[in-house]
Amino acid sequence: MTTVVDSKAVTAPAVAAFGVSKRFPGVIANDDVHFDVRVGEVHALLGENGAGKTTLSNILTGLYRPDSGHLELSGRRVSFESPRDAIDAGIGMVHQHFRLIPTFTVAENIALGAARDGERVLLNMASVESRIVELGEQFELSVDPRARIWQLSVGEQQRVEILKVLYRDARILIMDEPTAVLTPLEADALSQTLTSLTRQGRSVIFISHKLGEVISIADRITVLRQGRSIETIDAVGATRESLAAVMVGREVERVQRRGVGALPGAPIVLSVNDLGAEGDRGLPALRSVSIDVRGGEIVAVAGVAGNGQRELVEVLAGLRPRTSGRIEVDGETMDRADARHPIRMGVAYVPQDRLGTGLAPDLSIAENLVLKRYRRPPVARPPFLRSSVIDAEAASLMEQFDVRAPSSQTPTRRLSGGNVQKVLLAREMSGRPKVLVVSTPTQGLDIGAVATVHQLLLDAAAEGVGVLLVSEDLDEVLALADRVVVMYEGSVTGIVDAADATVASIGVLMGGGTAEDVA
Amino acid sequence: MSVNSNLFVIIFASAIFYGTPLVFAAVGELLAERSGVINLGVEGMMLLGAVSAAMVAANLDGPAAVVLPIALLAAMVAAGLGAAIHAFLVITLRVNQIISGLALTIFGGAAGLSSYLANVWGLGKQPAMNQFGRMDLFGLKKFPVLGPILFDQTLLTYLSWVLVVLVMVYLFRTRMGLHLRSVGESPQTADSVGISVTRYRYGHVIAGGMLAGVAGACFSLTIVPTWANGLTSGEGWIALALVIFGFWRPDLTLVGAYLFGALSSLSFTLQARGIDVPTALLDALPYVATIVVLVIVSNSRISKRLGSPAALGRPYEREER
Repeated sequence: MTTVVDSKAVTAPAVAAFGVSKRFPGVIANDDVHFDVRVGEVHALLGENGAGKTTLSNILTGLYRPDSGHLELSGRRVSFESPRDAIDAGIGMVHQHFRLIPTFTVAENIALGAARDGERVLLNMASVESRIVELGEQFELSVDPRARIWQLSVGEQQRVEILKVLYRDARILIMDEPTAVLTPLEADALSQTLTSLTRQGRSVIFISHKLGEVISIADRITVLRQGRSIETIDAVGATRESLAAVMVGREVERVQRRGVGALPGAPIVLSVNDLGAEGDRGLPALRSVSIDVRGGEIVAVAGVAGNGQRELVEVLAGLRPRTSGRIEVDGETMDRADARHPIRMGVAYVPQDRLGTGLAPDLSIAENLVLKRYRRPPVARPPFLRSSVIDAEAASLMEQFDVRAPSSQTPTRRLSGGNVQKVLLAREMSGRPKVLVVSTPTQGLDIGAVATVHQLLLDAAAEGVGVLLVSEDLDEVLALADRVVVMYEGSVTGIVDAADATVASIGVLMGGGTAEDVA
Repeated sequence: MSVNSNLFVIIFASAIFYGTPLVFAAVGELLAERSGVINLGVEGMMLLGAVSAAMVAANLDGPAAVVLPIALLAAMVAAGLGAAIHAFLVITLRVNQIISGLALTIFGGAAGLSSYLANVWGLGKQPAMNQFGRMDLFGLKKFPVLGPILFDQTLLTYLSWVLVVLVMVYLFRTRMGLHLRSVGESPQTADSVGISVTRYRYGHVIAGGMLAGVAGACFSLTIVPTWANGLTSGEGWIALALVIFGFWRPDLTLVGAYLFGALSSLSFTLQARGIDVPTALLDALPYVATIVVLVIVSNSRISKRLGSPAALGRPYEREER
């Protein structure tokens, strides 16, 4: 910890968490989390997706109650029964997905649920409006209180969200990924607003997975990993590299490499050129991405989640339209944007959402195994399916891929995560693909299943399939990949030979650094 | 012949008379829908209200000033209980709102509980001993043109005007009204600022049901005025269309109710005047108009533009991981 002694450090922290833990069935979302936010400080909670940030903010805002541990506000122990309690205690949440009603005015949205004295029954919009203007002047957050939300830009809507919590006299503002939806210019304005807030004694908890913005905006940073608070670091002196190492787990330096790689002269089976695509909200999510994969090669796409990896695999699987660029599979151009086209061309796809997107949970293992081949012989004699063939295929695939289930008629929703993944890989590999696109294939699996899945991927490459492996797990990336493509904010920031890669060098690229920064 | 027996004056006056149950039923449905819950059980709840009011009016001795309020109360309790069943199914158990509402109409309806209760109670053999008669409001009944239209109605009509004004103020001028609208627009947002979505939905679905009960009582205590099986003759469905027709606003809904009231009464008003019209065609008019309104607005894009509460028909579940 730091040894800075100033007035801030003497007074009790605005918020402090002591050993907060929260379990859900099968998941430990928060595990003994400690951190403290000083008065007038911007305190970042940094972590990857699934590190426990959201659960922690839900505990701070009273949506969840911790299983153990407790919170203190200004040195006093508090226990929130409901969101109402947290609001009354002066905690305000600025949600990533705005909680605003588009058809209401700014003033109506802000007045919602916040009765001030003398307005309990009848609404007094004039007084609400003048209070909004007052707050806007105090914190440099100007917005027309009579405008309707749908008329406002995203940046203005965020200002309304901030005004909403200030109107409730929040002393502590929690902001969940506030820059995710903003343009760079709007993000700069937000950072000025934060300065204005903290100068006036408000404290800000800034939730993010973006290394660069955390360093520039926050005073101190608490890193969360796998539900635990790992370390609290001063932003001054922190580097993207050092933060990335803490964030992904620095004990992992270099892991055993498989050392095979593409055979010299192996053909390029997947060529992605200058690819662009939009995310769900219509903002650019992929910017001029180019990647080549040779037969027998495993190319990993590394990056902090949410930097365009999901959009990349969805475009390759024909599930998301592209806005620019070319995709070639084994020399053939992929020119139609539908899901069946890539399958025909030999692109196999193992999505991150295995049971939702990957399999039909209520159908049997046997039915799931032929989901991509049911239109043609031998599985079908159109328009009929041949159940004897389907069952025989299922039996042999289940044996080959070591799927453990009572029978081939078991619905896939009853399988464990590892067996679900094996069914998926069995189906995809049985289509004799040229390219295998896999997204976070071992997330949430136990150690034994991880090893099996890794072996299956290595087997696929050994058969000459080009594997594109998207993963947030750098251990996995370094253990399997021949080359590592690093993505940041939708762009490729570097392509590194796995032989030269370290967690540290990849970490810099993951934070938006360039190859020169690495050297 | 005085101006007050002019055909149009009579059409307007009966439009208001026959539109009154529609005002109660539609404003009640509007409250439920503003909270985000569709209740297609209006027809069933009206019949439950009608039969309960008829039962009290037929069996309770006493002055009208005592019997009629009790009859109304009985109608509100019976229909409110029906609405409470719907509320429990769709809010707590998150059953599909359309299915639950249809079930409520079948359960309470002409072939269901209301006719069973009427049999058990032996209703419908003679006119109700007590009924809401016409009241000469402020002694203005004789006033030219407006007198018969506005000041020679029943107490229920005058109450419906008070109701519309109160609901207007409630929805647009009070804090609870703002909260109600937010629950119907975005329950997530309401929940995040500490408004109890469940409480608002239960409260307004049940209040809406009680108003449907009053609508039913309008039939058994003034319009018919006794019990007859299925006496509401599908007006519950018209009330549903009226909510949409009135863009979920009480004032416009009232206008719509009187328009449909005029259509419902047109055939016998004209017949009474000896004007020869095909009555079957006229009787069908309100239902044809209802179907047209419902078809137009059942397109969700159009209904969004008309101001349908954004979360209408969607159960609310707090996001959990």
